[in-house]
Amino acid sequence: MNRINIENVTKYYGTTLVLDGIDLSVAEHEVVCLIGASGSGKSTLLRCINQLVPFDHGRIYIDGKAIDDESHFGRNGLRKRIGIVFQAYNLFPHMKVLDNITLAPRKVHGVGRAESEERAMELLNLFGMHSFASSYPEQLSGGQQQRVAIVRALATNPEVLLLDEVTAALDPELIAGVLDVIRSLKDNGMTMIIVTHEMSFARDVGDRVCFLEGGRILEQDKPQKLFSGPENPRTRQFLDRIIRAGRL
Amino acid sequence: MSSEQRAPDSPARNPAPPRKATLTFTERFVPPAISVVSVVVVFGLVARVVTSAEHWPRIQLQFFNLEAIIAAFPRVFQGFLINMSVWAVALVAIGIWALLLAVFRSLTGPWFAPLRVFAVVYIDLLRGIPSLLLVLLFGFGVPALQLPGLPRSNLFWGSVAMVLGYAAYAAEVYRSGMEAVHDGQRAAGKALGLTQWQSLRYAILPQAIRNVIPALLNLAVALQKDVALLSVIGVRDAVREAQIYTARTFNYSSLIAAAILFLLATIPMARLTDWVTRRDQERRLQRTV
Ligand SMILES: Nc1ncnc2c1ncn2[C@@H]1O[C@H](COP(=O)(O)OP(=O)(O)OP(=O)(O)O)[C@@H](O)[C@H]1O
Ligand SMILES: [Mg+2]
Repeated sequence: MNRINIENVTKYYGTTLVLDGIDLSVAEHEVVCLIGASGSGKSTLLRCINQLVPFDHGRIYIDGKAIDDESHFGRNGLRKRIGIVFQAYNLFPHMKVLDNITLAPRKVHGVGRAESEERAMELLNLFGMHSFASSYPEQLSGGQQQRVAIVRALATNPEVLLLDEVTAALDPELIAGVLDVIRSLKDNGMTMIIVTHEMSFARDVGDRVCFLEGGRILEQDKPQKLFSGPENPRTRQFLDRIIRAGRL
Repeated sequence: MSSEQRAPDSPARNPAPPRKATLTFTERFVPPAISVVSVVVVFGLVARVVTSAEHWPRIQLQFFNLEAIIAAFPRVFQGFLINMSVWAVALVAIGIWALLLAVFRSLTGPWFAPLRVFAVVYIDLLRGIPSLLLVLLFGFGVPALQLPGLPRSNLFWGSVAMVLGYAAYAAEVYRSGMEAVHDGQRAAGKALGLTQWQSLRYAILPQAIRNVIPALLNLAVALQKDVALLSVIGVRDAVREAQIYTARTFNYSSLIAAAILFLLATIPMARLTDWVTRRDQERRLQRTV
């Protein structure tokens, strides 16, 4: 069964059409990468899946249940199972790194403080961030905040992870590190939707790549196929530009 | 504190921090000396002109009579202690009640509509009525009702009036602080599965309160003077005591005594507010860079 089924999802911001009949299904353990120009609706699609923004038409199903089915998921139940890492990190500036990470495990999932802190330290260690546990977010660089945001999303052991340009603020060395972590998540069977401008990243971890343009999925395929021979001229144009920018 | 600080390199390789520029004797002492001398001269002249005026002795006798000030002082000071206790208690009550109002107003969802409407109407009404009128209404009106089980002291009801009125302003201050918290913070709270209440409690309110501390302190300074309004309903505060003395002796120096006491309290508060505001601005600047 598909983990996520998105059917004909349409969303307007005011009168602007942002998502135009998106159909997308993601199998269990699958990693789908979304690529596309700025403003094409990638972040909005992730936010719809997590019910952070309402959409106007269409349905989204997780494990065959509509996401607005409160009788199945309970209040906020859906979000307990889906983790998201925002493009802008959105860490809580008044909380130390460790508290940012343990807040949801403690308050939403009822894990004890000691246990959640132990797990948080494990994860921070994995990202080489353990020495920042008692720093405040504003004392960290962009890349460091990015890693904390990933750890925060992982700390609740989500079944599905939505990542929005998580490597945008990282240097190549750190990208490699994050890539390793995401690959190991994938090996452990995490289902993921990853928005990225990093084509090598998409090629590396993606089972499938979707090209978004103007709120529609113009083309989707295995990374090798899409990157080597895109069918849609618009996809080709986009990829050409990225190749010229040296990012493929 | 970040624990990934650079290991202390050998000090020889690090350039020394810039030394403070040394000033010559003239550079250091002449400008302040000019300031002091010019201030003394200007204000001295003004004082000279005022005190040599024809009516000055009468003004001095009526307003700045040291004997009268000393004679009135114990009573006025007693009254002033009442002012400051009302102020302190009211501050706490306003802080809590206003926060509740602001939270009511921010709640979304159909079930919270009554609370939301209540907060909106309350704030509109109480902000629109002069404090003096509220104090008269509550301080005279409620005790006159003689409601069973409720206190009848006009001190109590006058203070309640101050709290209710100021809370309407403070609630708006809190609300602006909550609105200034970035939307991404709400989204992050939601995404982590926090309920609306948890999101407020752990993510939004701590940031909002920190944002509005300077504005709240400004309200606190205003309230520090406004507690004198209680004198109109017969509370024997500093102003009332001073008036009683004036009525007895036809000398206004007791009012000056009360004024001095208020200044001794409000000036430090205002300085504190300035200092906190400045620190807050610096903090914001650091964060936006
Ligand atoms: N809160 C909002 N209100 C109004 N319009 C919005 C809002 N959020 C996004 N949009 C619009 O929706 C469109 C899609 O935005 P979205 O953030 O999904 O793009 P994106 O593909 O993630 O772009 P980027 O690569 O720059 O992050 C944009 O045209 C944007 O202006
Ligand atoms: Mg985006």
